[in-house]
Amino acid sequence: MSALAFIIAGMLAAATPLILAAVGEMVAERTGVLNLGIEGMMALGAAVAFIVVTLTGSHLLGFAAAAVAGALLAMVFALLALGFLANQVAAGLGIGVMGQGLSALVGKEYESRTVRGLPDLHVPGLSDIPFLGRTLFSQDIVVWLTIFGAVAIWVVLNRTRAGLVIRAVGENPHAARAVGFRVIAIRTAALAFGGAMAGIAGAYASTVLTTLWAEGMIAGRGWIAVALVVFGTWRTGRVAFGAVLFGALSLGELALQAAGVPLSSQVLASVPYAVTILMLVVISSDRRRMAQNSVASLGQTYHG
Amino acid sequence: MDDGRGGRGRVTIRLIRRDRASRAWMIAAPAAAMALSVATSLLLFAALGKPAGAALFALLIDPFLTWYDFSEVLMKMSPLLLIAQGLAIGYRANVFNIGAEGQLILGAIAASALPVWYPEATSPLMLPAMLVMGALGGLVWALIAAALRTRFNASEILVTLMLSLIAVQVLNYLLLGPWKDPRGFNFPQSVMFPDAAMLPALLEGTRTNISLLFGLVASVLAWVLMGHSMAGFRLRVGGLAPAAARYAGFSERRAVWLGLAAGGLAAGLAGASEVAGPLGQLQRSVASGYGYAAIIVAYVGGLHPLGIVVSAFVISVIYIGGDAATVSAGLPVAAVEVFQGLLLVFYLMCFAFIRYRVAVVRRAAA
Amino acid sequence: MTRSPLLTLTGVTRRYGAVTANAGIDLAVMPGSIHAILGENGAGKSTLMKLIYGVERPDAGRIVWKGAAVSPASPADARALGIGMVFQHFSLFETMSVLDNVSLIVPGRRADLEARIRALGADFGLTVDPQAMVHALSVGERQRVEIIRCLLLDPELLIVDEPTSVLPPQGVARLFGTLRGLRDRGVSILFISHKLEEIRALCDTATVLRAGRVEGVVDPRAVSARDLARMMMGCDMPAPLPAAVRAPGEVRLALAALDHPADAPFGMALAGIDLTVRAGQIVGIAGVSGNGQKELAALISGETLVAGSVQMMGAAVGRLGPDARRARGFAFVPEERLGRGAVPEMSLADNALLTAHRCGMVRHGLIARGRERAFTARCIESFDVRTPGPGAEAGALSGGNLQKFIMAREMLQEPALLLVSQPTWGVDIGAATAIRQRLVALRNAGTAILVISEEIEELFEICDILHVLHQGRLSPPLPASEVTVEEVGAWMMGAGGVAA
Repeated sequence: MSALAFIIAGMLAAATPLILAAVGEMVAERTGVLNLGIEGMMALGAAVAFIVVTLTGSHLLGFAAAAVAGALLAMVFALLALGFLANQVAAGLGIGVMGQGLSALVGKEYESRTVRGLPDLHVPGLSDIPFLGRTLFSQDIVVWLTIFGAVAIWVVLNRTRAGLVIRAVGENPHAARAVGFRVIAIRTAALAFGGAMAGIAGAYASTVLTTLWAEGMIAGRGWIAVALVVFGTWRTGRVAFGAVLFGALSLGELALQAAGVPLSSQVLASVPYAVTILMLVVISSDRRRMAQNSVASLGQTYHG
Repeated sequence: MDDGRGGRGRVTIRLIRRDRASRAWMIAAPAAAMALSVATSLLLFAALGKPAGAALFALLIDPFLTWYDFSEVLMKMSPLLLIAQGLAIGYRANVFNIGAEGQLILGAIAASALPVWYPEATSPLMLPAMLVMGALGGLVWALIAAALRTRFNASEILVTLMLSLIAVQVLNYLLLGPWKDPRGFNFPQSVMFPDAAMLPALLEGTRTNISLLFGLVASVLAWVLMGHSMAGFRLRVGGLAPAAARYAGFSERRAVWLGLAAGGLAAGLAGASEVAGPLGQLQRSVASGYGYAAIIVAYVGGLHPLGIVVSAFVISVIYIGGDAATVSAGLPVAAVEVFQGLLLVFYLMCFAFIRYRVAVVRRAAA
Repeated sequence: MTRSPLLTLTGVTRRYGAVTANAGIDLAVMPGSIHAILGENGAGKSTLMKLIYGVERPDAGRIVWKGAAVSPASPADARALGIGMVFQHFSLFETMSVLDNVSLIVPGRRADLEARIRALGADFGLTVDPQAMVHALSVGERQRVEIIRCLLLDPELLIVDEPTSVLPPQGVARLFGTLRGLRDRGVSILFISHKLEEIRALCDTATVLRAGRVEGVVDPRAVSARDLARMMMGCDMPAPLPAAVRAPGEVRLALAALDHPADAPFGMALAGIDLTVRAGQIVGIAGVSGNGQKELAALISGETLVAGSVQMMGAAVGRLGPDARRARGFAFVPEERLGRGAVPEMSLADNALLTAHRCGMVRHGLIARGRERAFTARCIESFDVRTPGPGAEAGALSGGNLQKFIMAREMLQEPALLLVSQPTWGVDIGAATAIRQRLVALRNAGTAILVISEEIEELFEICDILHVLHQGRLSPPLPASEVTVEEVGAWMMGAGGVAA
């Protein structure tokens, strides 16, 4: 397979955890809460799903358990940031550390095992297209569901009353409360959704993408997901696009390595982090655009 | 906890802002957080089938049983105290440097350059030069984030974290490549440092060296800066009320540079002290998570110089106790990380009571 | 005709911590009535309305609606009962269109809603484009959107909270026409205000609140303004202020043909601002907030830097920050007290340090605590700030007391030029009077003062020269002794050039 085919075939799968986590975090941020615990929620989801899949052989159960674990951790965050009015940055860091610690605690005994991944889906029509059928459209069911999920979230945010309510709460929680929206409840729900998505993202990373679990395997992808929300200026399509770019980038590194390009593995491993910084710089420097697209109450403590 | 209505129940719980911060809760919050964390982790360990009693003993008592173990606590405390004091200065100004780990690594690398290049050196200037190099290494790594934030508005939270992840790769690159000890049996580590590159011991016969004094001096400096100087006052105003800082003409850029510089300098010096102290060479274990743990130390210490001295000590006890518990109670290494996370989570809960009091409101029946 | 009340409140009480905002309030609103709730700032009017509208819930007392006890747990409950509310600080969302804002709380298909918004607008003279983005609307238009949004739900009771503070005088007459029209169609109105003349012109009943309690229920048409004022304040209206004593001196502030683009997403651009303030003169800037007041104040204070011409005490300062301008004798009281003029979590002493640190409070970079406390004590004493002392936190002070403290801090620095933005917003009448007297005394002592205010009466009371700010443009100087309220009102609607 050519390098190009390799990248095209793998980039969507590599992007899937990033899309899931970033879009989930985006929904939470749209309501005005900054959850920096995504890395920990992904780590916990990865460990929990791996254990469940190992024990039951069912990916469905594994993903469900990861979603529950991520959402539970997000509920602890909600309790801190919304209930106890804690600084959202500190609360997110604390939850993140706890999630990473818990993942290591429960996952340790499963470290050297592997599980079976998911088969690629045969989509009538698409799969028969020359080249692209074997590469771009040859994906497992989670990739397809993630794409549909992202579209669904776009529809909800931009075309439904629920989306209007989310925007209202994010723009001005005090006004939202004055006209009768339950700010805390809406934010809590958004956080739970974001946590569940991060958990599923971790589950995909450990049980489908690599089919093995190791401590620290999320390797900053939760943080990249948070950065992607900024990169996508809180728009579903742009956030997902950014995630796919990262997916292609990570495949590109592997292709370069396979092609024997004389770059040390450390340089290659640093590329996603350096690119994250670069993209933050490029997007954030347009202060006007940031101010227009960002969520007015993001990160602020709300005492109703 | 309640957005003013909480359903149709007769009783609701409200947090009501106090007219002034409660001094009693400033003391009680960390103590309560500690107690809650211990209780919760014991339940967790018991659920995992570990002997909870033995684990508790190992965590909290073992570190005090022998002079050596206690000296190990002080050794762990040195970098934690130093870094947390530096970070807290930034945090009070709302400058969130969460990449002290990377700044520590860069400090360790910069300091190691001298003994790696001059392994036979005996100059008495070697050690001071290493400490300066280390501090500068950490400073430069932190100031990258300051430059990107002030010039391009890029979030220092994400940039410092990404720089930490990159720093680990820089360390790996050096240890697997140019700086690998040619006689080190292919282990990823540098040459052992000469005596001239080592910090003198503070307590004879232990690994506790004079870097503990760096932490204590930093604590005094932080206390003067944040409590008694105009520069510290400007930082605090910027953190509490950014609009008031702009109104008074306190520069936000300056706060970003200062806040990141303080953390970077401290972490860099701590990194230098690690390689010139307990490690005696540059090796992978220099990236052992002090930079992340120091964030928790800073918050649990209430971002206050005196509180941080206490929290640095307590978390060091947990570190050494955790080591003991892996042996005596079969606790996984990750237990210490879980405990740190719990401590911060519970602290943030208890912190609310400094500013707010809980009112249970019994409403009139409809 | 004896009818039963539409809404009855009995013994309604609401506490916030140690503060009792409403203590045993009794209120009866009759069908087809325009009922005033009169009281000065801090009397508990807004809290009471939030209790009726379900934003907050009472700690004690009964609310009876059309004969049945109710307990609205949220604004949605209140709306379902037939109660609508127009908020003082609007509850509209700026990043959305008018239609989006309406459809957030009014059920129905969007196309239907759009048609109903247009029909209702035509019916009541409340024309507004349903597709317009809210951030692009003027304050008056936003108020129309709020009213339309309520009316679309066919309320039987409409609560309007201080609706006239955001309108020019001519707009007030128009609003009153709309409210009377609603009353004639059977909608009862609860009209919240602290303006006596408005209540006497519009309302048939007035419940007067003072310090969270009902002071009396009267027919405002049958009671003199003086008696209403005494009920509201518990004492007589303060005496008018002394007149100017000397001719103005040299120019202390000069802006010449200053342009500035909007720098916040929904901010206002300023264009061609010409403004001069001399020593011994109070210059007032009238106009409804949101017409560039914030932006203009930030340009003068140095929070926003400009390339254009800003002259202060004869020197060009456009590129200098707030600190450098203060060093030249500038002082500033901003409109937001908590979080900008003062740090709520800090003590009054530290809040004195915030801008008065130049008054010998810093030695070798360290804070001289003794001098800090002495200056703070002087602020507290000279302006009669009610507080336990310099150690009290700013956030614990009432609005009026904190404003007096900030005024004192800025005035005791003996500025050559003082900018005051909204000096009496949310301040009780006693404190407001004290503040105005101090401003006049400072002017008489030779300070140049610029006051930005929404209260026309206040500006006429203390200013020598008036300007009006409308849509980012400043009117020419209008001598306060020659211009009329109506002329100023015309400028506020952008028609001043024609009228003058």
